[in-house]
Amino acid sequence: MKLRDTLLALVIGLGLWQALVVATGAPHFILPSPWRVAQAAYKSRVIIAENAWITAIEVMLGLLIGTVLGVATAIQLAISKTAERLMLPILVFTQAVPVFALAPLLTLWFGYGMGSKIVMAVLIIYFPVTSAFHDGLTRIDAGYRDLSVSMRAGTWHFMRHIQIPQALPSLGTGLRLAAVYAPIGAVIGEWVGASRGLGYLMLLANGRAKIDLMFASLIVLACLTVILHVSVGILANRLTWYAQGRSRP
Amino acid sequence: MTKAPGIMLKGQHRIGDRVLFDTDLQIPAAQWTCLLGRSGVGKSTILRLILDLETGGTFKGSIAATDGMPLAGRISYMAQSDLLLPWLSVLDNVCIGARLRGTAPNIGRARDLLHRVGLSDHAGQKPASLSGGMRQRAALARSLFEDRPIVFLDEPFSALDAGTRADMQELAAEVLRGRTVLLITHDPAEAARLADQITVMSAQGTQNWPPPATAALREINAAETLACQARLLAHLRGMAA
Repeated sequence: MKLRDTLLALVIGLGLWQALVVATGAPHFILPSPWRVAQAAYKSRVIIAENAWITAIEVMLGLLIGTVLGVATAIQLAISKTAERLMLPILVFTQAVPVFALAPLLTLWFGYGMGSKIVMAVLIIYFPVTSAFHDGLTRIDAGYRDLSVSMRAGTWHFMRHIQIPQALPSLGTGLRLAAVYAPIGAVIGEWVGASRGLGYLMLLANGRAKIDLMFASLIVLACLTVILHVSVGILANRLTWYAQGRSRP
Repeated sequence: MTKAPGIMLKGQHRIGDRVLFDTDLQIPAAQWTCLLGRSGVGKSTILRLILDLETGGTFKGSIAATDGMPLAGRISYMAQSDLLLPWLSVLDNVCIGARLRGTAPNIGRARDLLHRVGLSDHAGQKPASLSGGMRQRAALARSLFEDRPIVFLDEPFSALDAGTRADMQELAAEVLRGRTVLLITHDPAEAARLADQITVMSAQGTQNWPPPATAALREINAAETLACQARLLAHLRGMAA
């Protein structure tokens, strides 16, 4: 059973954590025990939930906008050879700039609110989504192309009825990556400058030596990312099954 | 469907500096022409040239229909791979041509064609749930949906088992009657059964080979069919040697 394995892994992880606390004898403001973290999480549940909600919205909006932009770019690049020649090198070059280094600039431009975090998440997932989907759109079975030429297909109709459906599994691959990257983008944005969100809460807790609260926030962030990863994974699988004409694996 | 024209192809095809073939091929109107020859001799290239598809070489010469009208848009094409779209139902695959041209498909006609190739009960299924023979029948229905006077078949039956292949040959002969058909095949038995004209291709060009005196579609075990098949096979083996 998959669920049983997951629970078992969780118990082992908590056991190792507790063992580490006991073995090192580290004080609770350096390494709090799982039980202490659980207590802190319960005590601060409202503030954690409020901040987690903010981060979740940033991540979701970033994911949504980044995916829409990435999909639109990939389609444009696949339709127009000129766009592909001009844009692809620029896209690759922009990947040489670490997005983290842009965070202070984005905060300056888009403010301390959610805007700069959403832009951060968008920037970080835009390339993987574009690149994976573009790859799928252009790696098309030559036979389909021949058939479409003999059927006198229009460029856009070929794109809509053959290229896009065939590339959906590749889009799924891009989305899986995006689901992991998007929270990183949002949290980095929160670290650089924010008044709300899990990243902000972690910094705040750290500054006040509330390491148990920091751990609690970190775990909630990890849970958010896992939920997102699993949900996007389910969606990605559905895209693949659709493209293969199956309803189940 | 408009009246089926014949096709004339005369010229030389080069890949880089190498001459792939230099030929004068006549494909008669409303008949089955079977094109045989070793792999790599350029059979598919001829088909691609007439279809105006990418060939990776340059052709110098002329390609024309015997009625003087342009060939573009008058040819439908069926390959060895069925090229069915896995995410569409069989019915939607049959009318994909209309969708690719941005026009509303005539679903009723698509259903009639599926009935004609014996797939009525599978119209709503996805290609993945069909056998190889059924998939090729769906591809044949898709070709028929295009309703073009000329049909090119590039080894469409070669991956099928012997029984299914014989069934498909009979079905294709029946439903494509009256059209100009160019069938590329490696199988002398297929040519001996189906062909009105047998054309053998080699580096020297194309050469017509006498088909059996009886009319196509011929019985597999008819004496003329078997004799033609044997002579053709011997000829092809002689060319390879």
